Amino acid sequence: MSAAPVEIVEREFGELALNMGPQHPSTHGVLRLVLHLSGETVIKAIPVIGYLHRGVEKLSEHLAYDQLAPVYERDDYLAPTANSNAFVLAVEQLGSIAVPRRAQWLRAFVAEWQRVSSHLVWLGTLGLDLGGALGGGTTLYMYCFRERERILDFLEEFTGTRFHTNTNLVGGARYDLDAAMAARSDALAASIKTALPELWAMSGGNPIFQERTRGVGVISADLALGVGVTGPTLRASGVSYDVRKAASYDAYAELPFQVVTRTAGDAEARFQVRFDELAESLKLVRTIVAGLPTGPIFARKPLKNPKATKLPKGEAYAAVESPRGELGFHIVSDGSAKPYRLKINAPSFKNLQIVPHLLPGGLVADVVAILGSLDPVMGDVDR
Amino acid sequence: MPAPEVVLALSTRFGATPCPLGVEIPAGELLTAMRALRDAHGYRYYVLGTATERETTYEVGHVVRNLETNDTLFVKVGVPKDAPTLDSIAFVYAGAEWQEREIFDLFGVTFTAHPDLRRILMPDDYPGHPLRKSFAMDTPWGYRPATAPAPEGEA
Repeated sequence: MSAAPVEIVEREFGELALNMGPQHPSTHGVLRLVLHLSGETVIKAIPVIGYLHRGVEKLSEHLAYDQLAPVYERDDYLAPTANSNAFVLAVEQLGSIAVPRRAQWLRAFVAEWQRVSSHLVWLGTLGLDLGGALGGGTTLYMYCFRERERILDFLEEFTGTRFHTNTNLVGGARYDLDAAMAARSDALAASIKTALPELWAMSGGNPIFQERTRGVGVISADLALGVGVTGPTLRASGVSYDVRKAASYDAYAELPFQVVTRTAGDAEARFQVRFDELAESLKLVRTIVAGLPTGPIFARKPLKNPKATKLPKGEAYAAVESPRGELGFHIVSDGSAKPYRLKINAPSFKNLQIVPHLLPGGLVADVVAILGSLDPVMGDVDR
Repeated sequence: MPAPEVVLALSTRFGATPCPLGVEIPAGELLTAMRALRDAHGYRYYVLGTATERETTYEVGHVVRNLETNDTLFVKVGVPKDAPTLDSIAFVYAGAEWQEREIFDLFGVTFTAHPDLRRILMPDDYPGHPLRKSFAMDTPWGYRPATAPAPEGEA
């Protein structure tokens, strides 16, 4: 007995416009992509953003300098300390406020731990995005989040909060590291380092993963510079620019580390840059604990009224290397206790801008791999 | 700090004047000056576009960087408040496209010859430009059904 022959009808539908998002698991938040498709091929992609716009820049003009740092920690919510770090650097530059050396090291310490935790979220969710190819995808996700959870536990014990550590103050740091916490940090760094080969075997070492990412979403160095992509996305295209080296801040001038670069410019290269940065950051936190200078962590007089701090008239721009790239603050001061104008240079906004250049010509399945490799955080894009 | 020789070159060729973090350039010279910065002076990396409200102008700023000399330069242009229009530089630096859309959205500065000048953060039918000083913090924001149709190309 044979089955009746199935007649396959192929029809040309022409161009199909498809909404991906704003509620879609692989858009990492509330990003909407309007994809114009011809069959499975993307011919045009229009990103629509703004769903998470909270008007932080307007709000900044109505709060005093010492009240503002915690507000920005809500922008890029996977690496909150980078936001407030850039802000306090700009305020310190504007007001010529000195920061004790120990505080600078402590800022870098929290920032590097959050870089590890942020990259682990990115790696885990990239596993989810690539889905079935990686044994259901949730395996890698669970392994990454297990390690990340231990970092969050450590940060909670160190600063009192899991995410929004709020450790950066204008003129210093809020929390000091004691010997017990230092030992815990070392042990944690050592144990996460031993987990890295396991994570690599599930992602970069997996032939299916390689096939999904290699040669996908290639950004040339020229395009990367013109569009202004930043961070690992820029470094994967062969441009060795890292704010920690190029415009050193906090303790980074004294700390030894490698700027990880790749030249391929594809999704795999961006994956490799971030993965190698995990190891670099784990090395950095141990260097910081070993060499932490002694001294005070806050140099200003105790604040009686946080609304009273006035900055001189002028302009300042300061940036840090957040896990997503250059995160800068441009502050215009009119001499009062509030910023006259404050602009956030958000790395995810700039990295997302490459999407319309990148997606056309690729397949729908590549869209999620490319988006995942760009690592946008919508809180950072929309501010 | 911006490189002195670049500031000098810009001031002799385009009448630029030094200002905090960079130079101020006459609006008519912006496009040629940005082209010269990219091609002749090596400022190939686009960092940021921003705007600040001044007394009679909106001061639009483009920030570009020379990665060889690691020099970051603010190029500022005053746009009169009563006729806020400026040349777009999106064809010189692709990265300016979204930044100019954001300035258009939040400050109401229009950019001529911009490839796709639409609101980017606020809803398409939103009245007003939130980052203008005349826009009050407590402007009511109630539910309104969408009135404008989706822009061309969006489903």
